[in-house]
Amino acid sequence: MSSHHTIIAENVYKHFGDVKALDGVSIAAENGKVLGLLGPNGAGKTTLVRIFATLLKPDKGEVRVGGIDVRRRPQQVREIIGLAGQYAAVDEILTGRENLVMVGRLYHMSRRDAKRRAAELLKRFELTDAADRSVKTYSGGMRRRLDLAASIVARPSILFLDEPTTGLDPRTRIIMWDTIRSLVSDGTTLLLTTQYLEEADELADKIVVIDHGHVIAEGTADQLKANMAADFIDITVANPLQAVQASELLRPLSTEAPQTDDLRGHVVLSVESGVQSIAEVVRLLDSEDIHIAELNLRRPTLNDVFLSITGEAIVEEEVKPKRRGFGRRRSA
Amino acid sequence: MSHQTLKSPASTVIVPATSEAGFLKHLWWNVADTYVVMIRNLMYFVREPQLLIFATIQPVMFLLLFTYVFGGVISFSTGGDYINYLMPGIVIQSIIFASSNTTVGLSLDLSRGMIDRFRSLPMSRAAVLAGRTAADTARGFFTITIMLIAGFVIGFRFADWGTGIAGLLLAVAFGYAFTWISATIGLLVKDPEAAQVAGFIWLFPLTFASSIFVPTRTMPDWLRAFAENQPVSIVASTVRDLMTGTVNTDEITTSLAWIIGIVLVFMPLAVRQYAKVASR
Repeated sequence: MSSHHTIIAENVYKHFGDVKALDGVSIAAENGKVLGLLGPNGAGKTTLVRIFATLLKPDKGEVRVGGIDVRRRPQQVREIIGLAGQYAAVDEILTGRENLVMVGRLYHMSRRDAKRRAAELLKRFELTDAADRSVKTYSGGMRRRLDLAASIVARPSILFLDEPTTGLDPRTRIIMWDTIRSLVSDGTTLLLTTQYLEEADELADKIVVIDHGHVIAEGTADQLKANMAADFIDITVANPLQAVQASELLRPLSTEAPQTDDLRGHVVLSVESGVQSIAEVVRLLDSEDIHIAELNLRRPTLNDVFLSITGEAIVEEEVKPKRRGFGRRRSA
Repeated sequence: MSHQTLKSPASTVIVPATSEAGFLKHLWWNVADTYVVMIRNLMYFVREPQLLIFATIQPVMFLLLFTYVFGGVISFSTGGDYINYLMPGIVIQSIIFASSNTTVGLSLDLSRGMIDRFRSLPMSRAAVLAGRTAADTARGFFTITIMLIAGFVIGFRFADWGTGIAGLLLAVAFGYAFTWISATIGLLVKDPEAAQVAGFIWLFPLTFASSIFVPTRTMPDWLRAFAENQPVSIVASTVRDLMTGTVNTDEITTSLAWIIGIVLVFMPLAVRQYAKVASR
């Protein structure tokens, strides 16, 4: 891996007892680019981020961030990175401004610089109105924005965001995406973990798919999709009882055995060229009097990619929010 | 301004500001970081005063209940006014119970990801703990000050103000030592709900099997052997002597040795546990 890679992990192992969180992972993020680490819950994404951010030591393997060996000189690494973890790590009792000033002070900025930087960030993240309210009163999206702001107080050249939008509603998620895009527009190298395919597709220049502690695929979103020869045709038949019949009828058109769901009446074909096959699909089904309720032609999504590599779809479940201390209010 | 602006995508090796700094600068940062964390923790008492109010009501209530419920009976065996026997003991009890706040505070910080944030910053490793223990000691000091005032109202008196204040400071130092034990427990337990119990359960045998509330002479031999030689009793009776105007150098030396010993053992333990703790 050459010098234009800012974040490098080579053959990294981390086992927790019997759990092989990382089992020989090698990844590299290019300078000034966004690397998306995509994988389901428990794939090892967070473990890897924690190793990069000096919170965990790897059992084996070489890890370099900004050219610095994470194991040997962690304190130097901490000066050039920013980290926003899975749960917004901001202090509820303090105000938004106080949180940012505190972080600035802990980066050893002077009081005045820390205050100035805090004001700048509050403005940029549209938190100025709430700046002097305690974080307890913030919404989930506001907390995440404040957390993100805290991670870039010292203008890090390398940023780690661990599932930055998990648990946010779709609208807030899109706002977060804009914010993240603006962060990396000035040359920051970003490593982002996500279990949302859409998110990796939206934000990442390169995607590494990770599962059970192994890298199972990597490339740009388009490359990952292009590796799959096919377009997909999604068919929903009007009468679900005819799904199996339709599936057998259309088998010759599909490069793989069609995925069939006879409860919902879904049949999914993978075909060389969707446009050419679609007329044939309609003709064949019509000849057997199978009525079509819905017919869609689509390019493969990352979910299809994941499915074809691992044989399992990514489960898009919400991460259970960690319980907070009892006796404390949780704000909405 | 020693902090560099780090925005140089062209170079991959960046020499950060802290690493260049000398020993004195590092020492100063230890102090400065500790101060920042301490202020942050003290804000909890300012912003949520009910925490402090309840933390103070409880020991004052103890003081009143013990004085008026047991006082009459116990006076026979203490000889003299029970309040003057009880007060120094209950000061010790209150300050070490206040120190158990450290356990809960740290486990909450762990579970909320605050410790992760702190650990990802180029700040002093010891500051999170040092700031926390300092803030909790300050809180303990506040609590026992209120208690002493309550004690004065119901008849407690220092025999000598000089030695009385010395006793008070010894109690605070003992409480500080205990916050380091609590910090170690908090970092080991991690879960806030477990920490709530783990934080103070071990304090019950230490405070009740002691000379805090009653003289040890009526206890069975095996318990008495423990009660008379454990640090809580030793420090409590030193504080009692100081508050009643007696200066016993041996006793003071032993108390100080316990305090220093506890800090020397538990400070490194806590710092080590902090360095390796994985919060989830």
